[in-house]
Amino acid sequence: MSLDQQLQQNNGVIIAKMDDLLNWARLSSMWPISFGIACCAIEMMGAMAATYDLDRLGVFPRPSPRQSDVMIIAGTVTFKMASRIKKLYEQMPDPKYVISMGSCSNCGGPYWQHGYHVVKGVDKIIPVDVYVQGCPPRPEALIGAFLELQKKIEEQSLLKGDIFPMAVEQ
Amino acid sequence: MDDPGQISEYGKILLMAIIGIVLVSATILLARVLSPKNPNPIKLSTYECGEETTGTSWVQFNPRFYVIALIFLLFDVELIFIFPWATVFGNADFIAVDHRWGWFTLIEMGIFLGILIIGLLYVWKSGDISWIKPTHQRPSVPVAIPASAYDQLNAKEYSIKDYKEQDIKEELAEKAASPVKMGFKPKFKKPSSES
Repeated sequence: MSLDQQLQQNNGVIIAKMDDLLNWARLSSMWPISFGIACCAIEMMGAMAATYDLDRLGVFPRPSPRQSDVMIIAGTVTFKMASRIKKLYEQMPDPKYVISMGSCSNCGGPYWQHGYHVVKGVDKIIPVDVYVQGCPPRPEALIGAFLELQKKIEEQSLLKGDIFPMAVEQ
Repeated sequence: MDDPGQISEYGKILLMAIIGIVLVSATILLARVLSPKNPNPIKLSTYECGEETTGTSWVQFNPRFYVIALIFLLFDVELIFIFPWATVFGNADFIAVDHRWGWFTLIEMGIFLGILIIGLLYVWKSGDISWIKPTHQRPSVPVAIPASAYDQLNAKEYSIKDYKEQDIKEELAEKAASPVKMGFKPKFKKPSSES
């Protein structure tokens, strides 16, 4: 029984595993670090603004990587930007997730063949959890990506060490 | 109130403070226990929008900015008060109830702005918003020699040798023909000569 069902059926009493509770907290507040690289960022802003209202999923852009859980790569990743992205990704606290938004960051997009300056996919520099197709993707697609990420987080376990096997050994 | 079983008003504040402190510290402690720790040198580095940090952060700001910022802050706060006023100022319902409403609020805001404008005028008058520029004084040493004594020297033209490729080649050839001797005699200390 999910946490929401319990809340309605058991007079508001919830009995849950620690892992489930932690995951529920994490997937209900996925804070992306607010930066956009190219035109996909316009769609990302649209998704976060009033019409699509990503805030209802707990998605709330943060100005600092220290406070963020998700990184949305919204746009063309140039080689110049790649080192910055890598650094920002490293500066985010664990556990961290990456959404690659749009063709450019998925595989290089229109710059795939002749773009001398474009990294052919952001997954060449940082691990990507969810890919969003489109050029640029519609806000619905980005919302879909967050829903997919929620499913992914739901299956993970912080305490068992699925994310950090090293941490448990210590 | 005198009943010892009852909590006084101060006791409630104390309870609130205790609960607040316990809640905050419990949350921080819980996060410390549960959160995975995975530090590395890049993560611990200073965040500056992904850029490498350069220079020191202990830069000195010109104190002239301070006064301007202080005055700006005053009028920034004034703006915050004007916005809610603007929403009720033109309210048709209020004016319909009493037609003096518009004039009343306008004069009220006029007085409020007037006080601040007088303050601005005062600041202006006392010269605090004028960007102070220091007047440079050129130090002069009183010497008996008049400047005109140097005129002839200053007017003198110095002829510069007009170099052409041919000349340089000739000169180089000359130099090559007669190698310049070293201006010193090199001496080498041998370990055997010491002692």
